[in-house]
Amino acid sequence: MRDTFTKGMARNIYYGGSVFFLLVLIALTVDTVKRLPATDNRENLTEQVIAGKRIWEVNNCIGCHTLLGEGAYFAPELGNVYTRFGESTDAIKGYIMSRPVDGVPGRRSMPQFNLTEEELEAVAQFLKYVDGVKTARDWPPNIQG
Amino acid sequence: MKYESQGIAKMYFIAALGLFLGQIIFGIIMGMQYVVGDFLFPEIPFNVARMVHTNLLIIWLLFGFMGSAYYLVPEEAERELFSPILAKVMFWVFLGASVLTILGYLLVPYARLAEITMNDLLPTMGREFLEQPTITKIGIVIVALAFVYNIGMTILAGRKTVINVVLLTGIIGLAVFFLFAFYNPHNIVLDKYFWWFVIHLWVEGVWELIMASLLAYVLIKVTGVDREVIEKWLYIIVAMALISGLIGTGHHFFWIGTPDYWQWLGSIFSALEPIPFFMMTLFAFSVVNQRRRDHPNKAAVLWALGTAVMAFLGAGVWGFMHTLAPINYYTHGTQITAAHGHMAFYGAYVMVVLTMISYSMPIMRGKKAANETAQKLEIWAFWLMTLSMVGLTLILTAAGVMQVFLQRFSEDPLPFMVVQDELKNFYWAREITGIGFLSGLFLYLYSFFAKGKEVEFEEEQLD
Repeated sequence: MRDTFTKGMARNIYYGGSVFFLLVLIALTVDTVKRLPATDNRENLTEQVIAGKRIWEVNNCIGCHTLLGEGAYFAPELGNVYTRFGESTDAIKGYIMSRPVDGVPGRRSMPQFNLTEEELEAVAQFLKYVDGVKTARDWPPNIQG
Repeated sequence: MKYESQGIAKMYFIAALGLFLGQIIFGIIMGMQYVVGDFLFPEIPFNVARMVHTNLLIIWLLFGFMGSAYYLVPEEAERELFSPILAKVMFWVFLGASVLTILGYLLVPYARLAEITMNDLLPTMGREFLEQPTITKIGIVIVALAFVYNIGMTILAGRKTVINVVLLTGIIGLAVFFLFAFYNPHNIVLDKYFWWFVIHLWVEGVWELIMASLLAYVLIKVTGVDREVIEKWLYIIVAMALISGLIGTGHHFFWIGTPDYWQWLGSIFSALEPIPFFMMTLFAFSVVNQRRRDHPNKAAVLWALGTAVMAFLGAGVWGFMHTLAPINYYTHGTQITAAHGHMAFYGAYVMVVLTMISYSMPIMRGKKAANETAQKLEIWAFWLMTLSMVGLTLILTAAGVMQVFLQRFSEDPLPFMVVQDELKNFYWAREITGIGFLSGLFLYLYSFFAKGKEVEFEEEQLD
């Protein structure tokens, strides 16, 4: 690089630029958090949904599935599974419950997690709640996720 | 080695390489499960293999970063490490915690592991890449703080070069942003939003500072180019990394229930994210072209150029490919993401750690460069691993394009699993590239033990 552009100038761009954009990120974060009630479906965040999120987490569901596009790409998107399953939490529960313990020969299969009725209901309600989050352009693009 | 305490890096590097091997073996298992769905089922279900694969990657890169810092900071600061004992103790704490955590993943069901480690007291488990039990996360914080303290005290008491100051900001950022791993709100949108403060601000933020400073250090050493020139480059590269990357976080806020303005901000700023990587490529080649010496460690020079090019391709080009909101609408969470993730991590972080190892390991073993045979094998391993990763990325990209078309874009979208069946041939081909990568890794590990003729060079050329 040419001598007119000194190391001091480069250093100032580094410190100035990063501090400035860090402050911008913080400001945008404050604004985002303020606006979230309009989209994040918090009115349906019941005790049961909270319990369902914990079931979702401690069984590492994200290790195979995506949820709103984030996670692993081994199994279907679940952010809209409630819609895909005909808006039926019973269908979701039935699917999770019926997974064979030893899998399906040659094919991918969800493990049998042996959830109780209460846990099944909670995780199904959690998925229903996530489906209610208003994503931009109503992502995912279609019902297949 | 100028300072005795630099030698602590060796144990960190050996642990890193051992865990790297484990990571790749689990990668191969997952690749197999993509085509033979019940492979190792139900003993090692996919989610467990993936958790082991990604967590081992993060852990071994952290070992690599710590080893690199322990090697270069004393030399840059021109004094011994503040506390060699602390560095050694933390090594065993981190290795112990890592091995126990991985064994926990493999030996007990994840829900049971959550119970044993009392996740309910402070629930942090079960989020992608942050699957570690809360107690392990606390361990990571302790190790990270001890590391920052040790490196920070060394730099404060010694010479403050641009390299060690940028590296220090990088590792402070690493420790600080990890604290968001303990924030796990019930609200899924908030959860996802702040989850990215660890994931994005690590890999597309502060880790780039670490990468750039390690690369700058090795380039000074192997080329003998004037420090002033290199430091100017370093400042401007890390400046661009943070200027683009901080608001670039917005490319993760397109579809998770966050405000629409992120579509614009995320698209514009993340479109700038390739710039620091492109500059790193220019930097590496221009510095090597201006070299004042021919360093006998040819392999290290190759890794340094390689990491610059592959980081630009993997993080820069493959990232840009799907970072604009209108495109990401279709590609989000598909094999395109997987393709980008693989090449970006390999190019930027795996290769920069291997660059440091390649440069410093021979010195810690008492010579300027590995013998001719060892270097030849290492260079072969470089090409085998790198070309395998290029192949893997191209195959997953093709699979991703097809997946997007069949499942997202078409008039009559097909269900996920139907599309996955259509992609089987791509996944078989990917598995072959995975095995190619593993062979490269074996060759690489073997190169450390290869005997041969020592390289000849003029001693006075080197400092």
